[in-house]
Amino acid sequence: MQPQLDEAGQAGARKTPPRGATSKRRWGGGRRSAVAPYLFLLPFFAIYCAFLLYPTFSALWLSFQKAVALDTPSFIGLDNYVRLVQDERYLHALRNTTVYALASVFILSPLALAVALAIRSFLVPSVNLKSFYRISLFLPFVTSLVVIALMFSLVFNKDFGLLNSFFRSVGLPELNWLGSERLAMVSIVLVGIWTYLGVNSLYFLAGLQNIPHELNEAAAIDGANRRKTFLYVTLPLLRPTILFVVIQATIFSYQLFEIPFLLTNGGPSDATLFLSPYLYEVGFSQFDRGYAAAIGYSMAIISIFLTVIQLLLYRRFNR
Amino acid sequence: MITGNRVATRLWQVLGNAVLLLVIFLTVMPYVYMVSASFKPGEELFSIPVQLFPDSLYLGNYDLLFGKTNFVRWFFNSVFIGVSRMVLAVLISLMAGYAFAKFDFRFKNALFIMLLATLTLPIYVLIVPLYSMMVTFGWTDSYIALILPLAAQAIGVFLSRQYLLSIPDEILDSARVDGAGEWGIFWRIIMPLSQPVIAVMGILFFTASWNDYIWPLVVLTKDQMYTVSLGLPTLVGPYSQEYGAVMAGSFLSAVPIMIIFLIMQRRFIEGITQGAVKG
Repeated sequence: MQPQLDEAGQAGARKTPPRGATSKRRWGGGRRSAVAPYLFLLPFFAIYCAFLLYPTFSALWLSFQKAVALDTPSFIGLDNYVRLVQDERYLHALRNTTVYALASVFILSPLALAVALAIRSFLVPSVNLKSFYRISLFLPFVTSLVVIALMFSLVFNKDFGLLNSFFRSVGLPELNWLGSERLAMVSIVLVGIWTYLGVNSLYFLAGLQNIPHELNEAAAIDGANRRKTFLYVTLPLLRPTILFVVIQATIFSYQLFEIPFLLTNGGPSDATLFLSPYLYEVGFSQFDRGYAAAIGYSMAIISIFLTVIQLLLYRRFNR
Repeated sequence: MITGNRVATRLWQVLGNAVLLLVIFLTVMPYVYMVSASFKPGEELFSIPVQLFPDSLYLGNYDLLFGKTNFVRWFFNSVFIGVSRMVLAVLISLMAGYAFAKFDFRFKNALFIMLLATLTLPIYVLIVPLYSMMVTFGWTDSYIALILPLAAQAIGVFLSRQYLLSIPDEILDSARVDGAGEWGIFWRIIMPLSQPVIAVMGILFFTASWNDYIWPLVVLTKDQMYTVSLGLPTLVGPYSQEYGAVMAGSFLSAVPIMIIFLIMQRRFIEGITQGAVKG
């Protein structure tokens, strides 16, 4: 994405009428103004401070308080955080969310790499075919998670769903996808894979395109076979992309809301209770605002921890 | 030996394309099912085995959606909120990105690091106090609650800064010599030059707003203020099982984003994957 000095830009520059000394009072015309950068920053940072920074710090303060519904909040120190590690349902939600995150890392990401390699490699000779794959794979990512959850509530329906209908027609036993404790999590992981496979393979595709062709050719000339070229040339050069994909997948896994909330509503018996729907329940059904804020901060800590790891590893790889 | 290689290559090609086509098939199937279900009357929808294509085009679900629900109003709300939030977010991001790319000022690095730190901050951290603020301002069930608070997205500043860094300073300096004011330079030079990054941000912000669920869920209670994303799931509940209408609404709500995506898919994919390459 390189900016081009197209006609619009040039014409725009020329259209500006030369101004005399009178305009110098306005926004420091004609010279670099010391105030200008701050004025450009002002609208963004006004909204940012009011609606992001302030509530973030306010939530920290709230998490040290007992604040239920409209009762007057009282300071209770770290009690809300102590409650977190003793709360069976919170730990359960943390475990479920972690299982989903691990599935994203160890099932989704390798699959996405495989799809990217298939699109990239000699397997797809035609350019049109390549862009067809690209568009179709990207579609789920631009579809809202609400629509996806509604769509799959029908696909997974045990009585008249598409999946069980297919299972019956090929003679497999029909399964209670969303209603059984063992399968509900599997269903959510499957929806997650379906949703994010495409975009992750496009991340990998972008990474693969950054690897110069000459390197693969050089390896081939040196007598390396395909497997060796992949293991010793492609994979090491792809490390930053792999890292990006894995960290992104983990961060977004811990923030997933719509799919467990709408597809199974956390059930059956909390088998698919995730962190963010649990926070919603605590904060907006039980109105335990202090405790909800503590849950929120626990999620922020996970996210910050993962981001820091990403930055540290990234630095090491780029050295 | 060469011919042997060729045969192997062909075989891999066929196999690879077959696997890819299977993946595509599995991706597209739920959409086909959704669209087909939206044209089926109830008894056909619940019939076994599932017929992928309806017997005839039944429009009752759409009638129900337009006549008996607030879908049209939800759709308007989503468009209005999406466009407003997008315009506001693009403008303020570009302005801030311009300041970071082309000016030196105190605390520049500190501010930038602060933005970096909050880039992946989940909304769940601040949602409880943010909701309390909306209550205090009397903004629940209002458009402004959906437009203003989420308009400042750090990612927009990053994308703008990144893009504007590559615009040569000489253009701006020569405009200054010609006596142009700073706002004039931004409006007449930076804005027209930034069209690609404006498009990328516009797509990102509009899609995010259109697909947003948790924030509308928290601040909206009145049915006529609902967005499409918030309204659709309410059609399936303990008192109504209008799956056909839900599928019709889901289909219609997915259409605008898909059209934008198909028209601008290069920009779209570019915007999304940029982070992966640059890290």
